[in-house]
Order: sequence, then structure tokens, then C-alpha cells
Amino acid sequence: MRLTIDGRNVEAAEGMSILAAARTAGIKIPTLCYLEGVSDIGSCRLCVVEVEGMAQLVPACNTKIREDMVVQTRSERVVEARRTVLRLLLSNHRVDCFSCEKSGDCQLQQYCMEYEIEMTPYIGSRKEIEPAKKDAHPFLSYDPSKCIRCHRCVETCAHVTGRKAIHLGKTGMFTVIDAPFGEDWKNTLCESCGNCAQACPTGALTEKRRKNYRSWEVKRVRTTCPHCATGCQMDLIVKDNHIVDVEGADGPSNHGLLCVKGRSASFDFVDSAERIRHPLIKNQETGEFEQATWEEALDLVASRFTEIKNTYGGEALAGFACSRSTNEDVYMLQKMVRTAFNSNNTDNCARV
Amino acid sequence: MSKIYLAGRSSDTKIGKLLKKFSGKVNVYPPGTCPLTVQLSLLQASKNQTCGKCVPCRDGLPQLEQLLSSILNGSATMETLDEMKNLAIMIRDTADCAIGYQTAIELLEGLETFHIEYVSHIQKHTCPENIGQKIPCVTLCPAHVDIPGYIAHVNNGDYADAINLIRRDNPLPTACAMICEHPCEERCRRNLIDSSLNIRGIKKYAVDQIAADKVAVPRANVSTGKKIAVIGGGPSGMTAAYFLSLMGHKVTVYEAKERLGGMLMYGIPNYRFPKDRLDEDMRAILSTGNIEVKYNVNVGVDISVEEVYHSYDAMYVAIGAQVGKKLRLEGVDAKNVFSAVEVLDQIGHGNRPDYTGKVVSVIGGGNVAMDAARSALRCGAAEVRIVYRRRQEDMTALDTEIESAVMEGIELMLLQAPKSIESDEEGKCTALWVQPQMIGPYDRAGRPAPMDAVSKAPERIPCDVVLIAVGQDIVSAPFEEFGMPAERKVFQAGLDTAVENMPGVFVGGDCATGPSTAIRAIAAGKVAAHNIDEYLGYHHTLDCGVTAPEAKPNNRVPTGRVNIGERPAYIRKHDFEHVECPMSHEEMLQEAGRCLRCDVYGCGKLEGAVEK
Repeated sequence: MRLTIDGRNVEAAEGMSILAAARTAGIKIPTLCYLEGVSDIGSCRLCVVEVEGMAQLVPACNTKIREDMVVQTRSERVVEARRTVLRLLLSNHRVDCFSCEKSGDCQLQQYCMEYEIEMTPYIGSRKEIEPAKKDAHPFLSYDPSKCIRCHRCVETCAHVTGRKAIHLGKTGMFTVIDAPFGEDWKNTLCESCGNCAQACPTGALTEKRRKNYRSWEVKRVRTTCPHCATGCQMDLIVKDNHIVDVEGADGPSNHGLLCVKGRSASFDFVDSAERIRHPLIKNQETGEFEQATWEEALDLVASRFTEIKNTYGGEALAGFACSRSTNEDVYMLQKMVRTAFNSNNTDNCARV
Repeated sequence: MSKIYLAGRSSDTKIGKLLKKFSGKVNVYPPGTCPLTVQLSLLQASKNQTCGKCVPCRDGLPQLEQLLSSILNGSATMETLDEMKNLAIMIRDTADCAIGYQTAIELLEGLETFHIEYVSHIQKHTCPENIGQKIPCVTLCPAHVDIPGYIAHVNNGDYADAINLIRRDNPLPTACAMICEHPCEERCRRNLIDSSLNIRGIKKYAVDQIAADKVAVPRANVSTGKKIAVIGGGPSGMTAAYFLSLMGHKVTVYEAKERLGGMLMYGIPNYRFPKDRLDEDMRAILSTGNIEVKYNVNVGVDISVEEVYHSYDAMYVAIGAQVGKKLRLEGVDAKNVFSAVEVLDQIGHGNRPDYTGKVVSVIGGGNVAMDAARSALRCGAAEVRIVYRRRQEDMTALDTEIESAVMEGIELMLLQAPKSIESDEEGKCTALWVQPQMIGPYDRAGRPAPMDAVSKAPERIPCDVVLIAVGQDIVSAPFEEFGMPAERKVFQAGLDTAVENMPGVFVGGDCATGPSTAIRAIAAGKVAAHNIDEYLGYHHTLDCGVTAPEAKPNNRVPTGRVNIGERPAYIRKHDFEHVECPMSHEEMLQEAGRCLRCDVYGCGKLEGAVEK
């Protein structure tokens, strides 16, 4: 299909939204509530554009392109509408950007800067009705005073993780997000996966450890989740050479999602003080583990395993691999069990 | 576990009654309400209807409410209007559903319509002078009759007092008892409890107990020696004549026909308003003593307007809208194609056409179309159809009139635009051809407009007679030649009925508004009489000799409205006798007992609550 966006001829596939068509042409349209493949409910109205022949402005995220459509994405009318959207959102958003963990990574902040909204003329209509912060969950926290009610978390929880643990609380102008992070968090459907926090465009719904770093202090290291065999891609967030957080990356098997293990149980052991950093051999007399060299440790294991195998046969031995090991290591372990132990007794905790 | 359920006693079911009450409350906003507060209520309702999804509606509407509140509490500036406008434009342009954008459109319209009120609130921190809550029924009655007062008299059994109190503002109590469209009932406060009072019914009970001409009119003032010409002896002219006569002026009524009453006499059929009952009002008016009627004198034909003007100290022109509008239709000159108004006029003169066994088509959707159709049936027609180019709900006729016509067996052929009239070799009408329509978008006047249904072929409606009832015209030419300004034949005058730059010339009723209701014509006659009196240098106040009786406490028990019944359709459709049945004494007592006496309770005792 051919259409014109901002005076440029654009060719795009039928069924595409104006937003998608614009993106293929390198034309940026701001979005807040839109989450590709997850949500195009069009609640924020920030992506509105002008379409020739239509009296009203239309959201680019959920309006399909038509042949010969003429679209303006940055006309004065469009920009003024977007500025009003931002002013309205800002009126109900607690502006504590100095201390907010999402500062520098907040889309509301970014668009306010882009559209030169320094402050709002409006007195927030919801400040009086805002419920308290929900903070009892070990990993996750929800602060309604920063929520712009874009519903990205709700849509993510319902349609991506399939849990439907996050609901709309109250109705109409009193709408809040009913996040399951209160005192009763254990009794909710929440699996603590944190995909909601990753979907949140502001500092409203966050992983608590987000407080430990600012976006400009860190670098990202792409890796594969060390847990199960799904192979989720993730970015380790590294500050001062320490892993401080994990973010789902767009891998073929996970498309940016992570489970609770991948997101919250795959990195803090790296710097754990309790981590074993060299081989230990138990002193038979004292019963205490004592530091040994790799040669001593491997010799001991090899001689004892050989002894057991010779006495009782290979079936007496088994090899059990840790799922945090890489696939290659796990492969080598089962190979060793089968060829060196002469045993088929081998498995991996990820199957449990 | 069950998967799906029936809707039980959910809040949606329970809320139904509350919403009905809410819409009832909105419907009866008291006259004289500050429009900005209504606009605020509208905004608050819209704000509460938001689902909470989208920013413009969810977060924008409360801001509009805050801005409007700041205007109402006096803290706004003229810039606030621009802020409201800009925000409303943004909401109109970006909201996802009608809850948002329609509210913004309504606010933008309100900013224009009520600009004076907005500016007054910002600059003077108050409503413009003419705003202030008023008694609903008295205000909405164009003649501002003391309705709570006469209802109380009827309730007490003092029917003569009721009639005299009505005549303080309206000398045609019988006419209004029979055929008034009762705008007084529209915002009756009783709607907050159950439904509006049957005000016309109560008045009818009074005039059914004692005829208006049996109730003595007040004594006229001493003669002033002034002479006034009233042109047209219809409701407007006779109202003016009544008050002018009571003031002591000498009135000459020029009536083109042989009887008084205008459209009440020659337009409205006897079965709706028996002519002998109309005479009761006319006799009472003439009994004031200073009125001379010149019958069968058509001003502009038999005597020039100029001559009348120069023979009197003042002149009130109330010639009505008496001629049926013509329809440009192929074959319209065929025999047996008539103007409905002219046929009704003939029937009013006693010349009933014989439609025995004939098939009649009536073109139009107003009260005249209903009157013509029901009259045709009473003249023996075998079948009567009303052909209308819009839908039933677009008909301008009163719902009760349409309902009565349908009950009498008249068929409504809706969404059919007349196309041509077919006739035989003798030139007699044989059929009406129509083009089926479909209803379309609203026109500028705010009514959905019909348009040709392109996929439907024209249809033939066989008929022997066609009656055309598509509006009435004013015979304005002689008066326009005399110098009276008119726009599309409708005379132009101020709200005081005085014609600009023509001292002593006043005009009112249908000829100054286009075809309208009797009570509006009566109101114009009343206004004209008082302003003619002022013009002549007097300032008469008239005493009707009665005031409203003491109020009883409100009856707060929700009670159904007593409607006026009609004789069975299968009987009444064969005669021209009055169709309505009298209200019983118990029914009257119950109905009148529902009156909340808004003239005493609530705003009634406040200054300015009574519209004069």
C-alpha cells in the first residue's frame, strides 16, 4: 500500500498500523501506552496524528493504513494535542525525578523534555483519591502517585504471562491499577516474574533493586538465562563491574520476557560472599571442609569413583547437573556419566 | 464450576431506577436556572461516565470541570475561557469514544451559546440580570397563567374563581382546556416524584363544571375614549380585545369570516373542540362591553389597511396563518386534490364533503394532517392514509394526536416522499406516487433529514382524494404593501409586539411567528394589549378579583397521573362529537391534590419567581 506520511511517499504492507508504517519509514511517533504485540488500546492518545479527510485526530498505534492515506505526524494541531496529553498526565504524576529510580529511563520524562513541557498548568484531579504505595512484595513495588494508567502492566500480565494477576481497581476517573504487591501478595496469582515492571514506562511499577542504579551508570551485557533450557535472552545490567539487575532481551524464544528465576534468581549469587571459590575436601577426623588444590580434589574424586565402579559396577553411580551450568557443561557431564561411569543415571534439575 | 451466568441483581439492574430518576431530574431543570450550572452538571455527569481508559476524557474532563467551577466561584479571568476552549478542542479531537468527544462538543457549543453568561460570571461574578429561578408551569405558559393558583381553586371546588384567575392572563380558558399543547406541564416539579400534573385536564374539569360565559367578567374601566382596531378575531385578536376592552378602550374587531375564533373555529375540527364550547369563551370576551365585531370584513380586500390604520388610535394585526401551503407536485391540479386547511375550513363552515367509500391520502405529519385525516374518516372515507416523508418520531403532530388517529384506523405511510399525482381521463385523481425514503444525517435545524432510497422504486398509492397538509401561509401582501416589514411573509416585530417605526401598529400570533399554538397567540394578544395601553399613554392594571388560595402541605405520595380518556375509537370515528371523556370528581381531586404549589414552596416566594 502506498501512503503519504509527513509529505513522504511510504510503502507499507496492508494491515499495518500508521505507527508501524511510519516506523518502517524511519518516522518516529511518540507512544506511551503502546506495547508492540501486547497492547494497542490507545489510552494515552500521545500517538495521535492528523489524517486528511478525518475531522478528529486518530491514534497511530491502532489505526490501520489505507491506500493513498495522507498522514501528518507533526502538524501544529498534533503537537498541541500531544502537549496537552503530557500536561494532563503530569498533573497527576508525582514529580520527584531527582530521587526517582527511573529518572533518565522514564518515557514520560523523555517526552516532556522533547515537547518542552516543564510544568503543568493543571491541578491534579486524582491526588486526593490516590491509594497508598503497595510495597510488601519482596521484589516488586507499585506507587500509584507515579502511575499514568497506561495499562501496559495489566495487558502484559493478562496477555503475555497469562496470569491476570494485575487488575483495574475502581472505575472511571478513580481507576487505579490493582497491583498484587500488598500484604497479601502470597495469596495472589502473581508469579513475581516482573514483566510488568519491565513494561512500565514510568517509575510507578518497579523492581525494588532498581533503586541501586541510574540508567546512565550501567552497561548492558547480553547473555542467555542460566536456568532452564528455554534459552531466554537477557541483558545483565552491570554497574561498577557488578551485576545489579537483569532485563529481558528480545530473543527468539522469549521476546523480552523473563520468568521469576531468570529475572530475580540468576545473578546475585555471582557476588555472594558465601560462594565457594576453591575446592574443599572434608577432613575425616574433624568433619570440617578444608581448602584443597584442584589436583588433590580431582584425584580424590577420580580414585573414589573408580573404586565404587570397580566394586559395585557403574549403576552404583549417578551424575546430576546443575541447571545454572551452560548446555555445553551439562552435555559434558552426561557424556562422562555414560562413557566413564558406564551409567545412564543422569539428569538435570531443570526438569524437576 | 459454572462458566457463564445470567445477569442477576447486579448493580446495573439496580441502577436502572436511579438513572430514570436522574434523567427525570434533568428534564425538569427549573426555568431561570443559570446555564453555567447546567453545563457544570453535564460535565460532572460526563466525568462520572468515563471508563478511565483514555487521558483526554479521564484526566481532561475533571480539568474542564475545575475551570468551569473557577468561573462560577468568581476566581476566573477571561483567559480561562480560552483555556477551556483549547482543552475542549483537544478532547473533542483526541477522545476515543463519545463520552469524551461529545462532552467536549457540548461544552464548545455552550461556550458560544452562553457567551454573555460566561462573560457576566467572569467580569461581574454573577449571572446576567434576567437569570433567577422561576415557577416552572407559570413561566413555561406563554401567557404566564397562575396555574398553581387556579388548580388550588379547582381542588377547593371554586370553579368560577379558577376561571377568573385564568382569565387574568388568558381570556380563553375553554379553548385552552380543550386543545392547549400545555407547555406548562413540561417541567412540572411533580416529575421529581412521579410525573407532571395533567394541568389541561384540571382546567377542563373547571370549565366542564361551569361554562366560562356563566362566570361574570370583571367590570371594565371607565371609557378612555380611545379606539383600537383588532384585525383578526382569532385567539390572539380576541385576547387583545378582551384586555383592551377591560381597560376602557373601544375595540373594533375586523373578522373576515362569519364567526369568531379563527383557527379554533375553522381549523380545529369539532370532535377536538366543539364549536359551542368555543362560543362560551367568545361570549365571555364580548361581555366586557367595549367590543364591536365587524364580521365578513376582510381587511386588505373590503377595506384598505391604510384606512383602518387612520381610523383608530392603534391597530393590532393578528390575521393568523390561514392559507394552506402549496406543494409543487406533478399532477397536483387534478380534481379531488385539496388543501387540508381549506377542507377543514369548509367543514368548520358546516359544509362536510361526502367521502363515502373513498380512499383518501393525506400528505404531511403535523396536527393539521391528523385533523384532516380524522375528519376525512368522519366524512365517510373507506380508507385514510397519512403519507409522510420522515419517520413517525419526526412528525410535528402531538403524540396523542398521532395515537388517536392510528387507533381510529388511519394508516401511517412513513418515509414516503410524494412524487406525483396520477389522474384518469376526466382529470380525477386516481393515485399518489411516492418515492420511498431513508432517514439520513441531521439537517441544520437538528432534525434527521430524509433522502431518496436509491434502491427502491417509486410506489403507487391508489386513492380518490389527496389532502395536502404541508404547512400554512400568511396572507401578508396587503399589510406588506401598507409598510409592515415581513420575512417570508412572517411579520417582524419586537418582543413587545410593536412594529418598528410604525407608531401604533402592533402585530402578534401566527402571523408574527408562523403557524404555532393557540397559547402563544393568546400570550401575544395579552402583551399587545398592555403595550397598546402604554402606547396610548395609560398604565392600566387589571384586577381579576381573585387571588390564589392558601396552600395545603405537599402530598408526597408517588401517585400515577390521571389521563383524559377518549370515547372508543370504533364509535367516535363515525361522528364529529367531542372525543374526550370528562374527568371524574375523584380523578380531579387526586390530580389537583398532587400539585406541589411551587408558587408557595421552594422558589415561589422569592422575588422575580413569577413571570408577568
